[in-house]
Amino acid sequence: MELLSNLALGFQTTLSPYNLFYCFLGVLIGTLIGVLPGIGPVQTIAILLPATFALPAVTALIMLAGIYYGAQYGGSTTSILVNVPGEASSVVTCMDGHQMALQGRAGAALTVAALGSFVAGSFATLLLAVLAIPLSELAFKFGPAEYFSLMVFGLIGSIVFASGSAIKAVGMVVLGLLLGMVGTDITTGTHRFYFGIPELADGLGFVPLAMGLFGISEIIKSLERTEKREVLKSKIMGLWLSKKDVKEASPAVVRGTLTGSLLGILPGGGVILASFISYMVEKKISRDPESFGKGNIRGVASPESANNAASQTCFVPLLTLGIPSNVILAMMAGAMIIHGIQPGPRVITSNPSLFWGVIVSMWIGNLMLVILNLPLIGVWVKLLSVPYRLLYPAILLFCCIGIYSVNNNTFDIGLTALFGLLGYTFAKLECEPAPLILGFVLGPMMEENLRRGMLISRGDPSIFFTRPLSLAFLIMALAMLVVIALPAVHKKRDKAFQEDEKC
Amino acid sequence: MYIRKTKDFKAGLLFLAFGVAAMVFSTEYRVGTSARMGPGYFPFVLGGVLTLLGIVVSLGSLAKGEGTRKRRPFRLKPAVLVLSSVVVFGLLLQPLGLVIATIVLIMTASMASDEFNKKEALLNTLALLAVVLIVFVYLLQFQIPVLPSFLAGRL
Repeated sequence: MELLSNLALGFQTTLSPYNLFYCFLGVLIGTLIGVLPGIGPVQTIAILLPATFALPAVTALIMLAGIYYGAQYGGSTTSILVNVPGEASSVVTCMDGHQMALQGRAGAALTVAALGSFVAGSFATLLLAVLAIPLSELAFKFGPAEYFSLMVFGLIGSIVFASGSAIKAVGMVVLGLLLGMVGTDITTGTHRFYFGIPELADGLGFVPLAMGLFGISEIIKSLERTEKREVLKSKIMGLWLSKKDVKEASPAVVRGTLTGSLLGILPGGGVILASFISYMVEKKISRDPESFGKGNIRGVASPESANNAASQTCFVPLLTLGIPSNVILAMMAGAMIIHGIQPGPRVITSNPSLFWGVIVSMWIGNLMLVILNLPLIGVWVKLLSVPYRLLYPAILLFCCIGIYSVNNNTFDIGLTALFGLLGYTFAKLECEPAPLILGFVLGPMMEENLRRGMLISRGDPSIFFTRPLSLAFLIMALAMLVVIALPAVHKKRDKAFQEDEKC
Repeated sequence: MYIRKTKDFKAGLLFLAFGVAAMVFSTEYRVGTSARMGPGYFPFVLGGVLTLLGIVVSLGSLAKGEGTRKRRPFRLKPAVLVLSSVVVFGLLLQPLGLVIATIVLIMTASMASDEFNKKEALLNTLALLAVVLIVFVYLLQFQIPVLPSFLAGRL
């Protein structure tokens, strides 16, 4: 079967000592930052992006991907032990996980999180491998109209899944699209919006934008808060799950895996949403809903599996269609472009070893993570005791050095500070930055496809509606908008995002 | 003013400002027709959409009823210190080199924390300086000016 030979190619690529090392490094760093609250995979990937330029493309992607799903693993450790979500998607794990810890069952909680995540990750990686080729064949039928509509669908997806006011999220998307217009117009070669500053001729840097908007503003926000964090100093008893635990948790793991795998594929969709929805589903179908929030093992098993499955399948749109479905993937798309690889359906045929190598590395990374997380829990807890006041200046320093090294100019550093200010303002005004970044990345491509589409149809906008695939995407986008406008879903969405702010 | 209203109102104004600016600046470039879009077309349209959204959001904030009364204290210190430390780093890096810029950055940024302690910050600075020099300059071979420009080449 072709799938087997592709997987074999993937294993060949990944099992080189060089790639294995960077895979390990990636998952290690990922776990570390997942454990540390206040710094997430977005910031880390932004900081490490310049360092990956020297690496070959495969290795860079393997490492970055490792950081991403590694962070999902790490986030569950702090949620369970200290009731502080290390990662946004681990918020849900706080609820039952910490309760279990207080009951002396921290070991079981941590184990079920790790093992559930592994099962989910393996399944999701398989799904990714299976879907890859059919999806990319589909993508060859894509013309500019289809690409444009797909991107619209992606952006609407990010609005739907953004917390807070949907209409403000729309504004953020448009603002992001506009920021993407800065620089040289591809089609005509005109310099746009660059106000005579030569450094802007290539457009606003993605790295300063991401770091400023997410990294710096996050630091400022953390500093404004003055709560103290306490560490669970008591010893963690035995790591193993009882037979009863396994029996109870298994169906939850399966359900979580399926939920996560599906939600991860949707553009804008998220790992965060996957964990919330799987928790809500679990609670709804349980025979004992009151036990949720008091240490029900399913309340840990399901969301942890879901968030790990989602963080694997969210690679599907990127690797097959070239469309990143969230900020982190947008950064990886950026990394691919910097290495001279145009993300899109051609990748699978032009760079098969890269493609299958990355997919296989995800499974291997998952394996490494289970091995890492279980014995090293004591070490992670020690790390939690580094005071934030010493940590964040380090983060700022690494950011600045990283940004400087991209272009060797200090203008970018100033730009980062500017975006930091902007990001902070947005946070104060409750505007979500994620849709902005997606808009920024997709903006130039959207414009190019729009122009080409219009050129082909000689100014007739109906081309986007008459071609079936394009129409399908636009209808789906519209459907998503309608769905969130419905009052029932609106309330659930608000509730889910309010819980996020409580932890 | 209820907090929900002011936030949305200001957000709307922000969008409006960006939208109008985009529209104004786009007209400097050829806009073209929908069949042959010039470089100014898409930005102009986007600017228009953003302006409209800004108006809608602002108006929407006025129509709201009760908002939450919870008001978080607005503190300038962290924002100002963090942002200026970054800017100063950028300004100092090329003339004065990595070492000095790092010291300034860490010390300034550390002051933004409520739990600032001079001795700790100093130790942190030295530790980070060591890490940076070993990892970035020596191991990863980053091309970055380490010493002030008037000293480089003399040592």
